[in-house]
Formats: sequence, structure tokens, C-alpha cells
Amino acid sequence: MKYVIIGNSAGAIGCIEGIRRHDKAGHIVLISAEPYHTYSRPLISYLLLGATDEQRMKYRPDDFYQQNGVETILGVAVSKIDAAKKQLKLSDGHTVKYDKLLAATGSTPFVPPTKGLEKAANAFTFMTLDDAKALDAVLTPTSRVLVVGAGLIGLKCVEGILHKVQSVTVVDLADRVLSSILNEKGAAIMQQYLAAKGVNFIMGDCVAEFGKNTARLQNSGQKLEFDALVMAVGVRPNTQLLADAGAETDRGVLVDEHCQTSLPDVYAAGDCTQGYDMAAGEKRILALLPNAYLQGECAGANMAGAEKEFTTGLAMNSIGFWGRHIMTAGVYEGKALEETDGDNYKCLFVKDNRLVGFIIIGDVARAGIYTALIREQKPLDEVDFELIKTHPQLMAFSRRERAQMLAGAKEEEA
Amino acid sequence: MKRVYVQEQWCLACHLCEYACAFANSGQKDMSKALKGVKINPRIRIEERDNISFAVNCRHCEEPLCQKSCISGAISVKDGVVHIDQDKCVGCYTCVLACPYGAIMPADGGHVMQKCELCTANGGEPACVAACPNRAIVFEER
Ligand SMILES: Cc1cc2nc3c(=O)[nH]c(=O)nc-3n(C[C@H](O)[C@H](O)[C@H](O)COP(=O)(O)OP(=O)(O)OC[C@H]3O[C@@H](n4cnc5c(N)ncnc54)[C@H](O)[C@@H]3O)c2cc1C
Repeated sequence: MKYVIIGNSAGAIGCIEGIRRHDKAGHIVLISAEPYHTYSRPLISYLLLGATDEQRMKYRPDDFYQQNGVETILGVAVSKIDAAKKQLKLSDGHTVKYDKLLAATGSTPFVPPTKGLEKAANAFTFMTLDDAKALDAVLTPTSRVLVVGAGLIGLKCVEGILHKVQSVTVVDLADRVLSSILNEKGAAIMQQYLAAKGVNFIMGDCVAEFGKNTARLQNSGQKLEFDALVMAVGVRPNTQLLADAGAETDRGVLVDEHCQTSLPDVYAAGDCTQGYDMAAGEKRILALLPNAYLQGECAGANMAGAEKEFTTGLAMNSIGFWGRHIMTAGVYEGKALEETDGDNYKCLFVKDNRLVGFIIIGDVARAGIYTALIREQKPLDEVDFELIKTHPQLMAFSRRERAQMLAGAKEEEA
Repeated sequence: MKRVYVQEQWCLACHLCEYACAFANSGQKDMSKALKGVKINPRIRIEERDNISFAVNCRHCEEPLCQKSCISGAISVKDGVVHIDQDKCVGCYTCVLACPYGAIMPADGGHVMQKCELCTANGGEPACVAACPNRAIVFEER
């Protein structure tokens, strides 16, 4: 059996570990455009922050490929998938055959076409280790940095660089920061916190035109000067390869509960996919690392002939800025149960006797107990909801369920 | 695999397991030096309410969501024991968001995470179990 994996990040690694649980012998070939040992993409901001280094941010140990019998082809892109012949064409002209294929090609920063962007000096996106290194190389203590996009990636970049530069200004068309994961109240708390750290925000506006070191804003007409520019408005799934090969795509590559695409023997995982989101009840793009790993692991198991389903895909974000943490999960539908002391904020979303989502800022202790309520679609009348609402805790479960959780009781005997 | 199991009917909420855990992981030889005047941050925690109490620590899941969710590759499984490499951990708290038991928490300072590792780094038998006066936690195969 010959397995071929495109990509070298969370989805790919999950796949290797999924395959090796069931097939210790099959030949695995991993092909990735980036020339590096597998590294943790989200850690590029921590690298600039000084909280990690290139060695420590490796996603798996140095001997990972060797231990798992993986042949790597790094720094080479796959340019075509021929699903009928079951072979790939590589950018260096080689062809590679496969029996089972995983595409974990991730996503690409979306850069909105803007007048004059090609003139802008020191313009970067913030997606890869090379992006981070290139940005870092131009930053000086007198740099004024303009970040376009107040989402997860833009603001993590800000956290990584603020201490190195003179100023950081963030512009976003949305009326609030982190608009993909926070509601108005949560966003207001975070924006105020980040502003107090020294970040300048211009919300509800976008850049109409760039000059070499200038950006003219659309709505206010204001002209900003910058020495470095980071474009971080969002990411788009890398679907081209699979779409060209004939796989069904929507916004992402469509995968089923086995993480298989519509093509025989072709699987996909991670940011490039659109798989089932159990909280939303439909297929969605979940461009998050845990999802990439779990999809890859599921695909790998199935590629190796086991029967595994991944049906608990769910948006779940844990993001922190200078020690202040936000956790969110699920969808923001149904009844919103809010609680705040001005600093800490919590909102639980309850619908049809189930917890379907939450936003927590500040006191995030044990929030995984809430995530599990969503993941397991636990009927809330089976727990002491008044109790668990105040703090996530196992006390809110029945003695029987606790025995399963903590005393190793099997479901039938408990 | 041997794990720490809870027999909640025997728990007295005496919190000795928490102290034993904090001491075992303090790296110190003298208990009073290690714990006196210190706000302990143990990896096993008692939940108590009315007359129910029980200890919660890492379950060392066979399918550990913390490990699969870890964004930095800092969590691994060795012989069934789920281990955090604090040198690699950047304190993103994703494991806290993923753990269904609420058994992972920040280490002192909040920059890296900690959890029960069954005292594998402290010479074998879990200190919490040894300290429990009432067999409310036991270390065994189930
Ligand atoms: C700054 C930043 C911070 C983030 N923070 C978080 C966070 O805190 N939590 C979280 O859950 N997620 C976070 N994410 C998202 C997370 O990084 C992604 O969800 C995750 O990396 C997806 O993994 P993947 O395997 O799908 O793809 P990717 O990590 O995108 O990797 C895809 C790989 O495929 C390769 N590739 C693509 N096309 C080809 C081709 N044609 N041929 C060969 N190779 C190819 C690429 O070179 C790349 O190496 C963050 C992302 C960024 C950029």
C-alpha cells in the first residue's frame, strides 16, 4: 500500500498518526511546498514574541518521519492530481503514484485587491514561518506598522510584534475586533484591553489606496503612514488542486464523515476542507488546528482500511493576548445567558435543551467541560445546569456519570 | 494501564491529595519549606458541595483530545501517560478548551500548562494516592 500526503502541517501529521495506528508497514510519502520540518503554524506569532524558537516550535520531534517510516519530499509543490491514473505531478517534473491520497493543503491568505498595493513597501501576509521571518527582518524600534484585519491572525501578529516597534495601527472594515468569534460585548472588552496595551484601532474602515508608505482610508479619507504593512483580512481554502482533479467543492473541498472527498481513494483534511460542523448542523470551513489534526487522523485510519468517523467537528478557539484569554466554541444561537463583571465576560448559548456555544473572556478555567457539553449534545436537564452555569464542574453531573468519568465505570454497570 | 480512580463515597474533602501533589511537584525535599505560606497549585483538585466531594485529575484518555488539539505539539503520550512538554508549551490554553474533565490548568505564572502525569517524573507511585487517608483515590488497573 502506498500512501501519499500533500502538506506537512496538522492535517498531514494527523494522517500519518492515523495510518500508523492501523498499518505499520505501508509506504508513506509526504510532499510539501514548504521546505521545513513540520512546524506549528500558529506559533509564528509566538516566535516573534520570543515565547518559542524554531527548534521548540517543531510540531513533532526531529526523528518523527524516521520513526513513522515517512519519506519526505520537501520544498516541492504538487501541481496536478490525476485521479484516474492515481498519480501526481510535481513542480520539479517528477510524477508520484498513490494508492491512497490525502490532500491537506491548508489555506492561503486572502489579499483584497486594493489600488496601489503593489507599490506598498514592506508588505507581508502572516501565514508561514517564512512570512514571520521576513516581517521580523524589516522591523525596527522606529517602525510604524499597519495591520489590515482585526481578526485572529492579524491580532496575534500584533501581539507578536508590538514590543519591537514604535506603533501598530489596525484597520478593519468590521465594527468590532475578532468579529468571527466575538459578539459586540466581548469585542468591546477586548478592544479596550488591546488599546490599553498600546494598539491603535480604526474600525469600520478600509484602505482605498496604498502608496509606498501610505494608506488612504475609504470612509474617513484619513491618510496613514507606515513602514511595514501586514495584510490579514482572512484566509481562503486551497481547493484548486482537488477541484481541478474533479473533486466536489463548495467554498472548501467537501468531505464526508470519513474525511473522504467525492473522488475514490482521495481524502482531505484541515483548512482546505469543508466538513460537517456538528454545532452548526451543516458543512462549514473550520480553519482551526484541532479540526485539521482530527480530520487528518480520521482520514488516515480510513486510508489504512479501518472504519473511523469524524462527526464532532466544531468551531473552538482559544486565543490569548498578553495573558488575557478568550475561549469560544460552537455557534451563537438560541438563548444568550450573559454574565460580566466588566472585566471577565461569559455568554452561554442554549438552544433546545442543549448548550450550543459559548464565549468566555478572562476566567477560562475548565472551559473544556462546556465544550464537552456541546460535543456530546448533552441534554441540559440531565445536569445541574444552574450549578454548571456558574462554573464548569463535574459536580453538576449525576453520580453515575461521574463514576464513568472518574472511576472507570463502564456504561452498562454504572 | 494503571490510573488514579476515584471512590467518591470515601472522600473526606481533606485536601491532603492536593498538598501531596503540590509537594511532589515542587522539586523540594522539605514539605514545610515547599508549602508553608505558598498558595498551592496542585494538579489534582477536590470538588466539594454539600456532603459530596471527589478528586479530579487527568484521566489519561485513550483518545486524548488535549493532545490532538495542542497547537504546538507539546503534548504527547508515552506508555499511556499524557505528558506536557513545558518547554514547548506556549500557554495558548487550547488544551483547557479541549479537556472534558477540566483537568488541565496553568502552572504558576500562567505561561505554560500543567496536569497530572501520575508522578512519572517524581519516582513512580502517585503522591496523591499515597497521601489519601481513606482510599478515596486508588492507583490501579480497571
Ligand atoms: C498566525 C496564525 C495563528 C493561528 N492560530 C491558531 C490558533 O491559535 N488555534 C488554532 O486552532 N488555529 C490557529 N491557526 C490556524 C491553524 O494554523 C490552521 O488551522 C492549521 O495550520 C491547518 O492545518 P492544515 O494541515 O490544514 O494546513 P496548513 O497548516 O495550512 O498547511 C498546509 C501545508 O500544505 C502545503 N501545500 C499547500 N499546497 C501544496 C501543494 N500544491 N503542494 C505541496 N504542498 C502544498 C503548504 O506549504 C503547507 O505546508 C492559526 C493560523 C495562523 C496563520
